[in-house]
Amino acid sequence: MRTLLDKLWDDHEVLRRDDGASLLWVDRHLVHEGSHHAFAKLKARGGRVAEPGLTYGVVDHYAPTRGPAASPAIVRMIQTLERNTDAHGILCFGLEDPRQGIVHVVGPEQGLTLPGLLINCGDSHTSTHGAFGALAFGIGATEVAHVLATQTIWQKKPKSLRMTVTGSLGPGVGAKDIALAWIAKLGADGARGHAIEYTGDAVTGLSMEGRMTLCNLSIEGGARFGMIAPDEATFDYIAGRPFAPEGADLDRAVDTWRRLPSDAGAVFDREETMLATDIAPIVTWGTSPEDALPVTSTVPDPSRLNGSEADRARAALDYMGLVPGRALTDIQIDQVFIGSCTNARIEDLRAAAAVLAGRRSRVPGLVSPGSHQVKAQAEEEGLDRVFTDAGLDWVGSGCSMCVAMNGDAVESGKRCASTTNRNFRGRQGRGARTHLMSPAMVAAAAVAGRLADVRPLLEGRDAA
Amino acid sequence: MSGWSRHNGTAVALDLESVDTDQLIPARFMSTPRSEGYGGFLLHDLRFGSDGEALADFPLNNTPEASVLVTRRNFGSGSSREAAVYALVDFGIRAVIAPSFGDIFASNAVNNGLLPARADTATVDSLIGYLAGGPAKAHVDLDRGMAEIGGVRVRFDLDAVWREKLINGWDDIDLTEQHRPAISDYRNWRAESQPWAFPAERAAGSSTDAQPSK
Ligand code: SF4
Repeated sequence: MRTLLDKLWDDHEVLRRDDGASLLWVDRHLVHEGSHHAFAKLKARGGRVAEPGLTYGVVDHYAPTRGPAASPAIVRMIQTLERNTDAHGILCFGLEDPRQGIVHVVGPEQGLTLPGLLINCGDSHTSTHGAFGALAFGIGATEVAHVLATQTIWQKKPKSLRMTVTGSLGPGVGAKDIALAWIAKLGADGARGHAIEYTGDAVTGLSMEGRMTLCNLSIEGGARFGMIAPDEATFDYIAGRPFAPEGADLDRAVDTWRRLPSDAGAVFDREETMLATDIAPIVTWGTSPEDALPVTSTVPDPSRLNGSEADRARAALDYMGLVPGRALTDIQIDQVFIGSCTNARIEDLRAAAAVLAGRRSRVPGLVSPGSHQVKAQAEEEGLDRVFTDAGLDWVGSGCSMCVAMNGDAVESGKRCASTTNRNFRGRQGRGARTHLMSPAMVAAAAVAGRLADVRPLLEGRDAA
Repeated sequence: MSGWSRHNGTAVALDLESVDTDQLIPARFMSTPRSEGYGGFLLHDLRFGSDGEALADFPLNNTPEASVLVTRRNFGSGSSREAAVYALVDFGIRAVIAPSFGDIFASNAVNNGLLPARADTATVDSLIGYLAGGPAKAHVDLDRGMAEIGGVRVRFDLDAVWREKLINGWDDIDLTEQHRPAISDYRNWRAESQPWAFPAERAAGSSTDAQPSK
């Protein structure tokens, strides 16, 4: 009786030391501009990349989304990646490459991400790829250097946590809301030390895009791994992708993948359950993803909390410029951002466009598709015009305002409704105030000029 | 990296929950080469005002010799940026004591000789209360899993693998090299039995019209 985690772990374990650390084989290693420290470490030892054919580079963190790079330092970061990948014979999806995009969008899109693989990237949202039934986790620079040099990683097996979400999601409620709901319930460190397997009909009913959003946010609840057992939806998504197996190879692969789901009687270290019907559209009010509430609530009152929790809430409200007791829907925003590896796939853009169609945004904003390919698809569907007609900027793909490294930033004191994953202080720029929510909810906020419940705006429309 | 098993230094309290890696080092500093030193970036936007002036009441500003940080839950949550650890290490911090750490941060810390010591919340509460009066002498002992801060004894949790790594200053790449034969056996087995796990050749090598390579 083994869990999905057990099976993936066993399949990748080269050896296990007496102290319990496993040496695991890495099937795909994704690098980006931030990997410069790791390449420098490798160079310092005079080492070579062990498996250039299993290593892929993507320009995303510093990718300019409008015109040329904003500073010489940014140009240097991008060139350093391209120099490093060239020097080691690694394929790199550079700015001009039609396959470029955010690393966690590109991997699945290109068929590099498959069930049963172990995928590493020097980025905490690598858990995204777990949506395919892969063992995918973010690593630091020393570990990146180790993977470059050996194509393996030392890791202690995490505990298993099964998160079951049952029932049907209401209109205007999606994967982002499921994720923020559980993070609010368990805390930003609630799943620390665990690998989460998401299951239940509310999860299996999600599209691959939705599953990726859910797994992406695992790290915001403290889990390094998030995963979903592969099924027909997974196999359908993969078929025909450029790097995916085809023909007899694919059939053979699918046979293997069908054996990955947790066995019926498998025991998990921990179980958590949620009812989909209890989940409303959610927004964050503070500076941690755990500071999340249904949009129908009011700003929490720190005096009702105790000790360090109250202190943290007070500091968060101070930073966010919010008053306890006010309705969340009274909070005026200055701008919106639709993008990031959490919510910039085609389905996310469709969901936002479904709300924005025929409406104007009261505030300026940026829409940055997750990849060149998503951009092309959206333009084919006319979504770009929905956004520009609403008054938003339709820009190139990259991490953009998710991490504010490429020059796209929220100004100090400004309030942004954002589809990203972190409302940390200064994440979107020094002094920036971020409210996290789904793409549909960001669209609703744009239309209202304040945080807003998307549900009334969907009446009489097809929510995408 | 050299190992260590005992450290004598100065402890300060950082009385904040969930100090994430974006706080530890704001992203805009991360294009700097490590050789320039990351200590000045540590907690930059909390330590310095918008004009760049050091905020007098921030603990690290009046205790530049601090080497042990006592702080609250969920320290180092967020991104995998190892630069957060570089900023701490380059500032001179050798150990952080907190009730919980971000998982990726904790592994990054150990890879750079920085101890992420997990202590129970009550102990951390009392330590932070004690350090509210100012910095105190600290002694950290990895072998015994104990720290002593201003006379308060603290037992901390540390994974056995991590303890060994910190004490010996091991470089994982060197360790792994010893396992070359096992790794290549594994690779052969995988290529043989699961060829689909290797990217399709057409994509890796040649290009097609639909998917031009660069
Ligand atoms: S979009 Fe944001 S979270 Fe995702 S990889 Fe880029 S910086 Fe990281």
